[in-house]
Amino acid sequence: MRFPIARSLGLIFALGLVAEPALAQQPPADAAALRAEVTSLRQQLDALEARLAALEGAPAAAPAAPAAAPPVAAAPVVTGASGTADTSKVFNPDTSILANFAGVAGKNPMSDQPSLELTEVEAAFQAVVDPYARADFFLSANPEGLEVEEGFITFTSLPRNLLLKVGKMRAQFGKVNTLHTHVMPTVDRPLVTENLVGGEEGLSDSGISLSKLLPNPILFVEATGEVFRGHSNVFESSSRSELNYVGRLRAYRDITEGSNIDIGTSFATGPTSLASGLSKQLMGVDATFRYRPLRRAIYKRFQARTELIWSRQALQTGPRQKAFGYYGLGEYQFARRWYIGGRYDQSGRLLDESQKDRGGSVFLTYWPSEFSQIRGQYRRTNYDEGTKANEFLFQFNFAIGAHGAHVF
Amino acid sequence: MRSALRFLTLSLLAIAASAAPAAAQTLRVVTTTADLGSLAQEVGGDKVTVVSLAKGYQDPHFVDPKPSFILEVSRANLLIAIGRELEIGWLPPLINNSRNAKVQPGSAGYLDASANVKILEIPTGQITRAMGDVHPAGNPHYWLEPDNGRRIAAAIRDKMSELSPANKAYFAQRYSDFDRRLSDAQKRWEAAMLPYKGTKIVTYHRSWPNFMEHFGLDVIGYVEPKPGVPPSPTHTLELIAEMKRVGAKVIVVEPYFDLKTAQSIASQVGGTVLVLAPSVGGVKEATDYLQLFEYDINLLTSTFKKISGK
Repeated sequence: MRFPIARSLGLIFALGLVAEPALAQQPPADAAALRAEVTSLRQQLDALEARLAALEGAPAAAPAAPAAAPPVAAAPVVTGASGTADTSKVFNPDTSILANFAGVAGKNPMSDQPSLELTEVEAAFQAVVDPYARADFFLSANPEGLEVEEGFITFTSLPRNLLLKVGKMRAQFGKVNTLHTHVMPTVDRPLVTENLVGGEEGLSDSGISLSKLLPNPILFVEATGEVFRGHSNVFESSSRSELNYVGRLRAYRDITEGSNIDIGTSFATGPTSLASGLSKQLMGVDATFRYRPLRRAIYKRFQARTELIWSRQALQTGPRQKAFGYYGLGEYQFARRWYIGGRYDQSGRLLDESQKDRGGSVFLTYWPSEFSQIRGQYRRTNYDEGTKANEFLFQFNFAIGAHGAHVF
Repeated sequence: MRSALRFLTLSLLAIAASAAPAAAQTLRVVTTTADLGSLAQEVGGDKVTVVSLAKGYQDPHFVDPKPSFILEVSRANLLIAIGRELEIGWLPPLINNSRNAKVQPGSAGYLDASANVKILEIPTGQITRAMGDVHPAGNPHYWLEPDNGRRIAAAIRDKMSELSPANKAYFAQRYSDFDRRLSDAQKRWEAAMLPYKGTKIVTYHRSWPNFMEHFGLDVIGYVEPKPGVPPSPTHTLELIAEMKRVGAKVIVVEPYFDLKTAQSIASQVGGTVLVLAPSVGGVKEATDYLQLFEYDINLLTSTFKKISGK
């Protein structure tokens, strides 16, 4: 935006310079009016000059100094200095590429994760659409192919504290389901996500999401209602009338300036692929405590999070299967670039409530900068079948392009 | 599908039924930093309420976009930001989730305070992240210069008058009062710093180019090897050598950085570490925009006096 403004300012300014002598040659029909006009023009010139000077980083010109050649000559310098050399690029969306490279060592008969893999390259394009909306696209290239991970429009200017999103998006079910891989604190996703909430891809689908802030003096409260087509790793619809609904209520409160608590409850219901008419429900409760002392915010922080998820799956024969799973995670930043954490996992299985898997992980993350991170994770899993897995996972995350901002 | 249609219809009805809320009597102003908050308060007086998001002792590049901030932004009539990508990591999600049409960038209730100020260190040529956390639109710490403070206050005055035309004369009067107090104080500060013109100093981050240029100090190096990159042993050794060579004795550190490296450098060169306030509230004495300079100038001059004996 700054760039066309600068250029048009330069133009206006040049016109202003031409206009001034022209005015002086006019017959003195109404000297007072002319003088007033000249004064006003001069004021405009001064203002423009100051603005130009500010834009190019030079001191603002003295108010009375009549403009000579330099400011005009300076106009192209301004455009060059603004960093965008070509006006056609001004409306290009913010673009960034995020890559995730993961590796694993150790035995796990229940997992088919390859030893080394560039698991995902994500291209993000984000921009404002018009005065009423913005759009976000995340294209994911992974070993399975290229897909739209998310692509939605957000109407930011609705009344009554409403926010409407339309497109393909990650459902607002709990916390982990909303997170892209590169913002996860661990290499993997918790067991409960793998068993009950669709794993890496999760509950992500085409649909409509409407959320509302419920302002009150005590808490931040946000209610979200979503409807999806019913085509994700969690739900599978076989007809147009079968849809997937998701609801979430989130409450947040600052405890002190450096600590806060974030609590949510989520619900999802929809069709499953087992057979037409069979439905599945998911219920979740999540809680996050965060501590980050403001004076040392870049060196120290702590976060504790848990998510509890219940599922209820109707079967063609036999009773409904009810499964429950949860994880508890803690992460501590102990130096500017270092984080350490642990996670405990437990989860039942969707189709057989008698089966239960357990696991635990410790992980260490090194952040060379905001744009890359290197992580190692030791994971131990006890599967219900009696299989034990000890694995070492590692990950390189890196990003180029526009500076991203993550939702809290 | 019928249920989806019902959901959509209900949502659209809910949207259509709502009318724009009536304009508030007092302007609710939200500023990203405490400095902008102080300037907005100076101009707005009792016709505005001001809430600042980041604290003065907090690194303004790294602020959590907390939901409590979303609430503040959602209620604002006017949102004032430093701009120049200072808040790029945290302000966009706050604005996007605020559901407040008034303060979206480009709307009347959004003010980028950097539009008319003097900006230094605008990079030229190819910019890459190999240069560290470089700001392509210039150094965003521009508020640390009294003339820029005046320009920001004037922009705030104009914006407030636009949003609340009934109070135009009031804001103009408040501004000229502030302008007079700032000019008086500025003469005092400039006089106090005059004897130390050209003094060579080191700062932790590139937070001070406007301040140092205005008051005639010569920054010969930074504790950070590159903006946003933590100190490295090699760079620290080079910095110590350079400080010894040119006789720099003072290291200025922002209150949100670790003092360890700065102190060890200071002990090597026989110098002093000063924790200056980069923002209002950065130290408890810096209660407003004028007191911010008052505190920093006092601390600098008393230190220079001790070192130079003049």
